[in-house]
Amino acid sequence: MPFPLETAAHPENSRRVVIEPVSRVEGHGKVTILLDEGNRVREVRLHIVEFRGFEKFIQGRPYWEVPVLVQRLCGICPVSHHLAASKALDIIVGARRLTPSAQKLRRLMHLGQILQSHALHFFHLASPDLLFGFDADPARRNIAGLAAAHPDIARKGVLLRKYGQEIIRMTAGKRVHGTGSVPGGVNRNLSREERRQLAAGIDEVIAWSMEAVGMVKRLFAENARAWEGFGHYRSGFLSLVRADGALDFYDGGLRASDAGGGIVFDHADCQDYHERIHEEVKPWSYMKFPFLVALGAQDGWYRVGPLARVGRCDFLSTPLAEAERLAFKEFDGGAALHAPLAYHWCRMIEMLHAAEGIRELLGDDDLSGTDLLVRGTRALRGVGVLEAPRGTLIHHYRINEDEQVVGANLIVSTTHNNQAMNEAVRRVAMRYLDGRKLTEGLLNHIEVAIRAFDPCLSCATHALGKMPLMAELVDADGSVIDRLAKDG
Amino acid sequence: MGKLKVATCSLAGCFGCHMSLLDIDEKLFDLLELVELDRSPLTDIKHCGPCEIGLVEGGVCNAENVHVLKEFRSNCRTLVAVGACAITGGIPAMRNNIDLWDCFQEVYHYGIGLEGGQIPNDRELPLPFDKVRPLNEVVRIDHFLPGCPPSAEAIWKFLTDLAAGREPRLDYEMLHYD
Repeated sequence: MPFPLETAAHPENSRRVVIEPVSRVEGHGKVTILLDEGNRVREVRLHIVEFRGFEKFIQGRPYWEVPVLVQRLCGICPVSHHLAASKALDIIVGARRLTPSAQKLRRLMHLGQILQSHALHFFHLASPDLLFGFDADPARRNIAGLAAAHPDIARKGVLLRKYGQEIIRMTAGKRVHGTGSVPGGVNRNLSREERRQLAAGIDEVIAWSMEAVGMVKRLFAENARAWEGFGHYRSGFLSLVRADGALDFYDGGLRASDAGGGIVFDHADCQDYHERIHEEVKPWSYMKFPFLVALGAQDGWYRVGPLARVGRCDFLSTPLAEAERLAFKEFDGGAALHAPLAYHWCRMIEMLHAAEGIRELLGDDDLSGTDLLVRGTRALRGVGVLEAPRGTLIHHYRINEDEQVVGANLIVSTTHNNQAMNEAVRRVAMRYLDGRKLTEGLLNHIEVAIRAFDPCLSCATHALGKMPLMAELVDADGSVIDRLAKDG
Repeated sequence: MGKLKVATCSLAGCFGCHMSLLDIDEKLFDLLELVELDRSPLTDIKHCGPCEIGLVEGGVCNAENVHVLKEFRSNCRTLVAVGACAITGGIPAMRNNIDLWDCFQEVYHYGIGLEGGQIPNDRELPLPFDKVRPLNEVVRIDHFLPGCPPSAEAIWKFLTDLAAGREPRLDYEMLHYD
């Protein structure tokens, strides 16, 4: 059953408005809006328009290639895929428990990535909307405009990202697509000198992260009514939590809640994810639509990412970030807990939490330990789940006795948010576009709603398949369509 | 002298080359003194206008990639293939030796936890090609900048050479393919 505004009753009488490409997000997406004669919104869809095929073409490859192969899904958060694959393969090589050094080095790498990715999204991509206004002049609505108007904010954003990238370089070997994590552990440690270098900068990073949280909090307070209501709806949430209920980016059990806040499952074993989460395919997008099996496709969609993690965990384990979490939850009587734009706020709280976590870890001598690898009894299947910057990331592999990959299933963060993003853009379209003459500034409101989720549409294009049926394609590329039909 | 106009885009890539461009860190502000960004994932300009330099990441995997690449070629005086995917097709081209239809069938019918499987057939989805192609099989390319991704140092040297009107030259240690 389609959701409201998913499918127009009479598309043939409609005027089509397209936003393509969706910009200041990662990857390839577009939004189509169908309007009737009175400019009433009849249909809104966020399409993911590209596919890659990772799940298929890694089959036959030796399993140990996988952590460096699959991180090429995404250059913004390669560490997420590098580590999620490593975690799945830990199980396959029988390393149920890593050495303390390996565990902490991976956690540090991951915190570096949360920091850099959140900084990138906020400062380089999304902040111009929030600082200049959703319908500001598009010529300045970007990082160059930010650098001109607020050089201090832009500079700190660039340096925050740099710090996270440097952690990744030191733990993984390269800033983008490193090689530090391997099945069963890691292949390098941090020298005391490297730790000293990193420690020298961390207090500043924490201070700037505090400023960033303060800035979003202030902006939210100044625009409370508009921002709380922007694309607002209630939904379920999904995230990992630690055994004691704390937010944990690297490990834990799955916690899912429904739109009313009730717990659907808690501390669920990640190895059984496929019993709890299924996916639906829709004809108009390459990105699947996951949902909680217990609630079904219609009611079981949910959100992942900073809003899910900060909003639904029991506490944050670092003091400054925990104080900010409490302030967020109490804000306006909890009015921001379901607001898409509150993703930005939670993202900055998480950036602060990651920075504090990095400071804690850097003092730990295990980071310079030399016991880095574990092997044990081989298994033929493994699931690795972690919280990527954008939300819960699931990697699932099967291998054969010859150590070749024979099956893979990946559910990336942005895919979990598929229905949620569509809901947000439909609500924004009804509120701001319905019945009006469309302007560039109004259309940017749609993109503002999408950007709140920090979607990684590149990650989300990994799934192979779902080729358009030839007969349905009537656009400019008719000749090529015919050729493919014969190839098929 | 006015700023150089530079457009960037990612086709069948992972955005990692764009990340490596941002890895020039504080020098980004120096770069923004030299250049003005036209169409790019960093701006809200949706179509490429006349530019001195176009940087294209990723290979060509569908009909929309061809449209965008041709738009870049006809608007950019110097067009640069940035990174492994743009130059060879890269990791996405690993699907080239697999029969597409078999893949569709498998993912579609045997995917784990899949419900209501069907083949997306909407006209809004661009036609996927049976092979992922490097850029130079589709348009003329002026420069190739290798690496997965090219390092920030290499991108910086390359761009500042171009901006100064020099033939870009990378030292041996800046040329790498991993």
